Amino acid sequence: MGGWLFDPAHWSGPTGIPVRLLEHLGYTLMTLLIAAVIAIPLGAFVGHTGKGGFVVVGLSNALRALPTTAVLILVVLWAGLGDFPVYVALVLLAIPPIMAGTYAGIRAVDPVTVDAARGVGMRESGVLLKVEIPNALPLIYGGFRGAALQVVATATIAAYTGAGGLGRLVFDGLALQEFGQMLAGAVLVALLAVLVDLGFAGLQRLTVSPGLRPVGTGGKT
Amino acid sequence: MIEFRAVTKRFEDGTIAVDELDLTVEAGTITVFVGPSGCGKTTSLRMVNRMIDPTSGTILVDGKDVLTVDPPTLRRGIGYVIQQAGLFPHRTVLDNVATVPLLSGWDRRKARTRAAELLEIVGLDPAFGKRYPAQLSGGQQQRVGVARALAADPPVLLMDEPFSAVDPVVREGLQDELLRLQAELDKTIVFVTHDIDEALKLGERVAVFQTGGHLAQYAKPAELLSAPANDFVASFVGRDRGYRTLTFLHADVPVHPVDTAKLGQRVAVTDWTLVVDDQDRPKGWLSGVDGEIEVSDQDLIAGGSLYDGSTLRGALDAALSSPSALGVTVDDNGAVVGVVRADDVIKALAKARAAGEVPK
Ligand SMILES: Nc1ncnc2c1ncn2[C@@H]1O[C@H](COP(=O)(O)OP(=O)(O)OP(=O)(O)O)[C@@H](O)[C@H]1O
Ligand SMILES: [Mg+2]
Repeated sequence: MGGWLFDPAHWSGPTGIPVRLLEHLGYTLMTLLIAAVIAIPLGAFVGHTGKGGFVVVGLSNALRALPTTAVLILVVLWAGLGDFPVYVALVLLAIPPIMAGTYAGIRAVDPVTVDAARGVGMRESGVLLKVEIPNALPLIYGGFRGAALQVVATATIAAYTGAGGLGRLVFDGLALQEFGQMLAGAVLVALLAVLVDLGFAGLQRLTVSPGLRPVGTGGKT
Repeated sequence: MIEFRAVTKRFEDGTIAVDELDLTVEAGTITVFVGPSGCGKTTSLRMVNRMIDPTSGTILVDGKDVLTVDPPTLRRGIGYVIQQAGLFPHRTVLDNVATVPLLSGWDRRKARTRAAELLEIVGLDPAFGKRYPAQLSGGQQQRVGVARALAADPPVLLMDEPFSAVDPVVREGLQDELLRLQAELDKTIVFVTHDIDEALKLGERVAVFQTGGHLAQYAKPAELLSAPANDFVASFVGRDRGYRTLTFLHADVPVHPVDTAKLGQRVAVTDWTLVVDDQDRPKGWLSGVDGEIEVSDQDLIAGGSLYDGSTLRGALDAALSSPSALGVTVDDNGAVVGVVRADDVIKALAKARAAGEVPK
């Protein structure tokens, strides 16, 4: 069955595996970008002010309860086929973990540290941007990487609306009864998930202050 | 100069943390706020830099009502040292110290140079600058906290129990360092503690707060000990206050000669003999040895505290803590000049009292 995956014919052309991989990666990154732009400011604002925590929790739970496939079909019925419904469904999927991670991360910053930030004369924007967010980054990344894994796996449904991505291998394989192709799709999705997570882990290492690593493992001096 | 005029703080839940506080902190002095937990010391302190705003009354810093200044601007001009240091864990030590200069618009290089200078001033190796707060001991973090507060050279410094998280030995070192710094920098410092010994050591003036946010007494340390305003102050200043009064007396105590011996020397010991090193600094005592011996480290009996000729308290403590009951007296270089006896200290005290030098 693995033969399908390693057949050179499937590795070229406009519907070849590299194209599908790139499409899938494109949906994933674009989704994460849009979700982050919405969820991080929201989580950060609520975390910083301490007001409206119920909004974050309520909204997260409501969004988590939405079946992604149902959202996709509803948006297709309303807006037609294409990439748009895919993004709506995936962004709604990615928002809760990112927002919850940001909110939790900011709430978890030591109040003494935040008090010190005000005490040295930072304005509220400075307290948030220069102290709370940098200290919350490990938890923000936690939420973000969780969202990334879910999005990579779920972006498979893009094929359902006639769009691209690795989902095409799964759905086309199903239609053609080509189990080799389905399996190839599934394996490639899993592989991509691992690669994407590794990529974000690297980014996390580069952007989180060494001062926040657990004592003993961190910060060369 | 900092003036509190009829300042009251009542929190939303009705707690009156500070009640009609009237008090003036003179420029260029260390004023200590002391009192039991919950008596409103922190609240009083934080109203100066508007971390808390008063319910009524006025606070003036150098004649200016703090409520007329925008809080972040006000705070950049007032150094603030928080309990447990409150360093920014994600920033290096150097960047922590450079925080206020950077906020005040200095360029990065100048701010870092200044920060490195400050590490030296507070007694930290500049190599610590590259570390993160989690890689420092509690005492080192406190020093960084002080350096951060001093970085932009503010005339006023607020310190809230800055040395409470460290052991007594380190704390004493930090206190001495603060006094040394203050002799150079001449800041207006408000220092909060609930340790009366710390208050008496550091404060030129001490404000004793009583539960409920009342100022019970505001006076010089010697006066607090000799003339407590009420029972609360008397009991807070403590059972040892007679002994503590000795801290503020500088009377002459006769210094007697003492037998000394050097390590490695052959001596016949009859009475208590003080062993000293090559620079005549005390190493320990020798006693009750049969015949002649070669003095070695193993024979030494550890000594007590040393008397540097300053206060009667130091003289008495040296005598009381010494195994020979002889208080070792040293000069500025730490070399032995002789010994003092407890009974001489008591006599000196009686003489001072007769001369009217002991405040009543
Ligand atoms: N935000 C607040 N809301 C309500 N009450 C408060 C608040 N902050 C302080 N208090 C109360 O005000 C009183 C004075 O508190 P404050 O922190 O000034 O005491 P303190 O003298 O600094 O005590 P400690 O030595 O324990 O630090 C206490 O009874 C405290 O519980
Ligand atoms: Mg306090």
